[in-house]
Amino acid sequence: MNLIKLSWSYIKDKPLNTVLNVLLMSLGIAIILVLILLSTQLDEKLSKDKRGIDLVVGAKGSPLQLILANVYHIDFPTGNIKLNEAKALMRNRLIKSAIPLATGDNYRGFRIVGTNHDYVKLYEAAVAEGELWKNNLEVTIGSKVALRLGLKIGDEFFGAHGMTVSDMEHDEASYRVVGILEAGNSVLDNLILTNIESVWLVHEHEEEDHEHEEGHEEEPELGSAYETGLPVGDEDAEITSMLLQFRSPMGAVQLPRQINSNTNMQAASPAFETQRLFSLLGIGVNMIRSFAYIIIVIAGLSIFISLYNALKDRKYDLAIMRSLGASRGRLFVHVILEGIIITTFGGLLGFVLGHGLMEMLASYYEKSEEVGISGLVFVNQELIVLVLSIGVGIVSALIPALNAYRTDISKVLAQD
Amino acid sequence: MQGFNTQPVSKSRPGWLIFALMIQIDDLHFGYAEQQILSIPHMEVDEAGHLLILGSSGSGKTTLLHILGGLLSPKQGTVKIGETDLYGLSGTQRDRYRGQNIGLIFQKAHLISALTVMENLLLAQYLSGTAQDKGRAMEVLNELNLGDKHNKKVRRLSQGEQQRVTIARALLNAPRLILADEPTASLDDANAQVVIDMLKAQAKKYRAALIIATHDQRVKDSFELQLNLTH
Repeated sequence: MNLIKLSWSYIKDKPLNTVLNVLLMSLGIAIILVLILLSTQLDEKLSKDKRGIDLVVGAKGSPLQLILANVYHIDFPTGNIKLNEAKALMRNRLIKSAIPLATGDNYRGFRIVGTNHDYVKLYEAAVAEGELWKNNLEVTIGSKVALRLGLKIGDEFFGAHGMTVSDMEHDEASYRVVGILEAGNSVLDNLILTNIESVWLVHEHEEEDHEHEEGHEEEPELGSAYETGLPVGDEDAEITSMLLQFRSPMGAVQLPRQINSNTNMQAASPAFETQRLFSLLGIGVNMIRSFAYIIIVIAGLSIFISLYNALKDRKYDLAIMRSLGASRGRLFVHVILEGIIITTFGGLLGFVLGHGLMEMLASYYEKSEEVGISGLVFVNQELIVLVLSIGVGIVSALIPALNAYRTDISKVLAQD
Repeated sequence: MQGFNTQPVSKSRPGWLIFALMIQIDDLHFGYAEQQILSIPHMEVDEAGHLLILGSSGSGKTTLLHILGGLLSPKQGTVKIGETDLYGLSGTQRDRYRGQNIGLIFQKAHLISALTVMENLLLAQYLSGTAQDKGRAMEVLNELNLGDKHNKKVRRLSQGEQQRVTIARALLNAPRLILADEPTASLDDANAQVVIDMLKAQAKKYRAALIIATHDQRVKDSFELQLNLTH
């Protein structure tokens, strides 16, 4: 027998009350945990993918869309920009490096991105199998693409127009897998990478479909800028966007204004736009979080009321314990422990519920896997939540415990 | 003003006093504001002595018992058990002293209903700071014919059985003083006599002083030494 066992006996003695309080507590904790898990993972993921990109230049439109489409590859592109304009911009002294992107096609939901090897270097990705693309129509695929589609080196496939799964395939020119990247938990995992010229080729085929003769076999053709820089293209050639790195902080001041006012392109800062996105999401997150705290306060209140009422019936018990030698302090601790045990159970159940809920959400929405969100990740902030649940237990048991502390044994026992 | 003096005890030594001094009360007063409830100039009970405090309800017998048990501080005066001045101790020390040396039995069987019989006894050992000893607890339960009930929740027991468990709990730490407040009030004639005999036998076995407060006339004849708190 000890105080914890004693408190536990009382908790067991009122199972319905206990279940209600534990459930209430766990619900609040679970919601807070889901929010913490979601925002930390999203934040970590988003900041990881935008690392090294100071500015994104693309077609005019929503700056947020530009970032989402070209950095995170989750939104539709705003449109295309002229290759010539992009080349002109690259001569700017403030730009240290630029990575061109040409998007617009997918293969079974995974985006095909025309770019150069700098894009792979940006995310410090390593090749797991095979090699990076060199010739036109060669692709190197991300780890998740390989895993989900079961693609191997040497496999060939046709890209489809658009960003989502559709029947409209470019069935003239097929891509060939030459390499698979190692899983790097970055946006590359979900991409199919190739030359910009390959993307052009596929689309040219569509336009020149009827001029070609049947059975024409193409020789592998080396891309013009597969390692770095922009490819050689004609007047009408277009790309989707460029990811820029500044040479100096001066670039952040001057470049966006120069691009936005002097060219047909727009420049958007990933840092600024993701921050804006978070502040937009923040309103919703804050509302849900307040709701969760309200539930926790109600849970605390419910525990307080149960303990307070129970102690009215238990004043004899408390007086007896005093007469058996328990000090006032012991009874105080005994009641506080009861609160702590209930909320700790609530916290632990909430911990399981929160992670379970998160994992359920993650497996329910396919997008969440692409973004890399899971319920089986643990972050330091969760410890604060457990501390919070213990705190709620102490606070809600405080007044009942003080009453227990102040029990006038003689008076209670004389009331026979 | 409801004052009274106790007749059978006084500063002159009564015949029943043997040499080993056990419980000694001096100049004791208790009351609220102007109202004096209890006033005892001197009282002694020796080791293994038995005392019956008789009185109607409101006569102060429960108050006296609580003062003797260290549950209620008197307004004035000292209570000594052996060499220990009960109200010279701090609150926590007094709680502990009571747990280890005084066994308390009340009119109603106040047991912790969330616990089993055995757990109630172990709790008494735990709270008094003595080692938890299941063997000792079983021994006491067997003495009171409760051995087969040790795993039962106390609310499953009959009234008489519950009262016996409280006696077992009071005897568990081999107290030097047993205080019983109306232990027979809720029992029928036969059971009342059984409980009184049991208390006397156990007190004798543990060489403990036994003080019973009651208004129950049935137990009157069982005690030689009586203190009558009448108006």
